[in-house]
Amino acid sequence: MNQTSRREFLMFSGRLAVLGLGAAAAGRLLSGCAALDTIAQSGITIPVAGYNINTASIASSVKAVSKTFEDITPEQEYYIGRTIGAQILNKYRPYNRIAAKRYINVMGQTLAQASDRPETFGGYHFMIQDSDEINALAAPGGLIFITRGMLRCCPNEDAVAAVLAHEIGHVQHQHGLQAIKKSRLTEALTTLAVEGTKTFGNEQLAGLTRAFEDSITDITSTLINSGYSRAFENTADVTAVDILQRVGYNPNGLMDMLQQMGRQLKPGRLDFAKTHPDPKTRIEQITPLIGPYRPVKVIKNRQNRLEAALKGV
Amino acid sequence: MNRPNCFQFRWRLLLILAVALLAAQAVGSQTMSVQVKSGQVRKSPTFLGPVIANFAYGDRVQILTQQGAWYQVVLPSGNGQGWMHMSALTEKKIVLKAGAKDVSQAASSDELALAGKGFNQQVENEYRTRNPNLDFSQIDQMEALTVSQAEIQAFIQDGRLTAQGGAQ
Repeated sequence: MNQTSRREFLMFSGRLAVLGLGAAAAGRLLSGCAALDTIAQSGITIPVAGYNINTASIASSVKAVSKTFEDITPEQEYYIGRTIGAQILNKYRPYNRIAAKRYINVMGQTLAQASDRPETFGGYHFMIQDSDEINALAAPGGLIFITRGMLRCCPNEDAVAAVLAHEIGHVQHQHGLQAIKKSRLTEALTTLAVEGTKTFGNEQLAGLTRAFEDSITDITSTLINSGYSRAFENTADVTAVDILQRVGYNPNGLMDMLQQMGRQLKPGRLDFAKTHPDPKTRIEQITPLIGPYRPVKVIKNRQNRLEAALKGV
Repeated sequence: MNRPNCFQFRWRLLLILAVALLAAQAVGSQTMSVQVKSGQVRKSPTFLGPVIANFAYGDRVQILTQQGAWYQVVLPSGNGQGWMHMSALTEKKIVLKAGAKDVSQAASSDELALAGKGFNQQVENEYRTRNPNLDFSQIDQMEALTVSQAEIQAFIQDGRLTAQGGAQ
């Protein structure tokens, strides 16, 4: 009796296991079909289970899995960011005084570490650019640029930190990637989906590079020409205040910088005046967060190192 | 007398199976992938904590607990624990050398990410040949500049900053 029951039980478990495996395999097959959806429209021939199938013949009304900027991996964001950085460098050349470069990078890194996104694929890196224009820009993934003109708007270290923290805010919230039109991502993904080998074939590489070029254009036209939306700028300011407070800077540094900028910006110039909301508007929006303006208390060590590092800037 | 024994045996076996299944699921859900070039492991759950180890891109990391935005993880050596910020980790499995199957799976699901696919070095190289006016050497130099944890600590102290760290 005991023996029989055990055998029965083992057979029963065996059937269950077979059933489970079958279900899992069916699931796999189904997900495999879903994958075909994305490549069906491109009409290429792919080997499936030993047969060559032309995907165009599969279906014309298939749904591609919806992809947004959130599906861009940090690694891909990194490559987009490098190229955006190279584009920004095309606009302003680097200012390579070692002390200034080091100072901006240590400060920037301290702020980035305190943000909600301290780690990006390639990390945060900061560069001063040799221009009198008042500007600061962030490329996706954490390459951040600040002009000499902008640094001159910063009467204290807290104000410099405010500019960098604002740019870190854009990186954290991936504002750059959100400028990419959805069609580019679909194109990149479709190309990617038909590609299975280690390196891309000529056709795929051309397709991906086209999607890449278009994505870069989407970002640069927003970043350099039209600017982000007011909502994004406000988010970056709010994030900056948060980061400044976490590190121990006075968020009124942001106010100092905005006031100074308000005095120096010339309407019609191709810098911050073009791509950012009016400093007055920004001040009005930050005030409820940090209360009425209170001057930044000058801390001797902080002021001395600022003046030493940015001497001549 | 035989019947209850057989009954107990079945239940014990089922229980063992259930426990094994649950344990496997628990381990599965407590593993994450490193989604950055170098995933820093800190001694404490704060950005002020010294870095005690690094994971490589795509490494699977065993998660022990979570505190705010920080995960307590098993060190790469397998001995001891440290803390990683959630921005360095993803729940997706990162496939380092993707084959055709992985590519189609990644296109249709949110569970896989492919390393080195999509916009990658090859695409950048192609873009560079089409845009020879762009200077990537300055970007490489920019990336080469690194800041140590000790420098950050000194910068905070010298500047009389009052960074609290903490798990945010």
